[in-house]
Amino acid sequence: MNGFPLEIVTPDGSIYSGEALRIIVRTTEGDIGILKGHANLLVPIAIGEARVLSADGERSASCSGGMLTVSEGTVRVVAVTFEWADEIDIERAKRAKERAERALQQKLDNYEFAMAQYRLKRSLNRIRIGSDKKDS
Amino acid sequence: MAADSMKAIKSRIKSVESTMQITKAMELVATSKLRRAKERIERSRPFFEVLRKAILAISEDTDLARFSPYCAPREGRACHIVIAGDRGLAGGYNNNLFRSLNPDDGDLIFPIGKKCVEYYEHHGFELFTKAYSVVEDVSVSECAHIGAQIAKAFDAKRFARLDIAYTSYINVLTQQPVIIDVLPIVRTEEDEEKEKRALTVYEPSPEEAIANLVPRYISGIVYCAVSESFASELSARRTAMEAANKNAGEMIDELSLRYNRARQAAITQEITEIVAGAEA
Repeated sequence: MNGFPLEIVTPDGSIYSGEALRIIVRTTEGDIGILKGHANLLVPIAIGEARVLSADGERSASCSGGMLTVSEGTVRVVAVTFEWADEIDIERAKRAKERAERALQQKLDNYEFAMAQYRLKRSLNRIRIGSDKKDS
Repeated sequence: MAADSMKAIKSRIKSVESTMQITKAMELVATSKLRRAKERIERSRPFFEVLRKAILAISEDTDLARFSPYCAPREGRACHIVIAGDRGLAGGYNNNLFRSLNPDDGDLIFPIGKKCVEYYEHHGFELFTKAYSVVEDVSVSECAHIGAQIAKAFDAKRFARLDIAYTSYINVLTQQPVIIDVLPIVRTEEDEEKEKRALTVYEPSPEEAIANLVPRYISGIVYCAVSESFASELSARRTAMEAANKNAGEMIDELSLRYNRARQAAITQEITEIVAGAEA
């Protein structure tokens, strides 16, 4: 078996806990794929797509930041949000996108501006991954 | 005389009844909110555990102290994040927590919850901010803001150590105040015997990876601690209000008994008076 233990958690609960064959995430440096036997690793995750290959096939998800660690063969993804593509509520993401766009029109302090920008990116990512899934 | 004491007893019964209405309402509110708060901890617990495990793995890499200020112990005062309630009437919930933490003079306090702001302000501690005085409303994005602020202040050397005091929810009857160390990320004494482990790869670099991680780490811990504390507060309040209701019920029973006795005594006295008057 070429699997490794994988745990994906968000503040909203455990998303995945069990064996996986491969995980691909978008880090701040670009996409990386992790297979069994990876060296210990710590890397921040950026907003992007994450793909988990397990014995049941590959699932795609929208991930909006967090970190990935490999420690003694166990892979842990601690994410801010992590939603499987087929569970994304595209209408909600679209509303969030509009809200963020409106917020960016206003005068904001640095922190609020960064937050609005982050929300916009996150909603765009959700829309993209959510719609990909619907088409295929 | 009898009429006076009857009136006094009656007004006491009324006052106890109205207090009981309040405690009853508070119990109901706490019970219904507690259910949601419990769901929130159930969701956030796995996150907390995995986050702690990941941080523990990092803390074992003692080489990091050379690269990142977040992993190097240094001298200076401590900062305590303290999460307490917004309101009293929750038994010993707030006081137990305040008693478990013994901050040194001059330590910085980051209070979350109105009672907490009041308590440390009164005791003359320097407060990091008073912006988070409503525990119930602290959301994920606010935690992210808290994490960013604290990481920045740590970086600016406003304090050298960070810990967080909150109340862990064990079950409906038991809530335990706990203090956990957050920064710097260093190995604790108990796992000292472990050998230095295999090299860890940090992308893009150790400094940047840790600097990116620390605000998220703090905000994650704060979020989980707030969830735990809020559930503990509600549960403590529910228990306290339950006891208050029971006491109020017993008091009303006792007062009613006394009222009835006084009433009967008054009637008996009147009859005696009438009989005595007729005989005369």
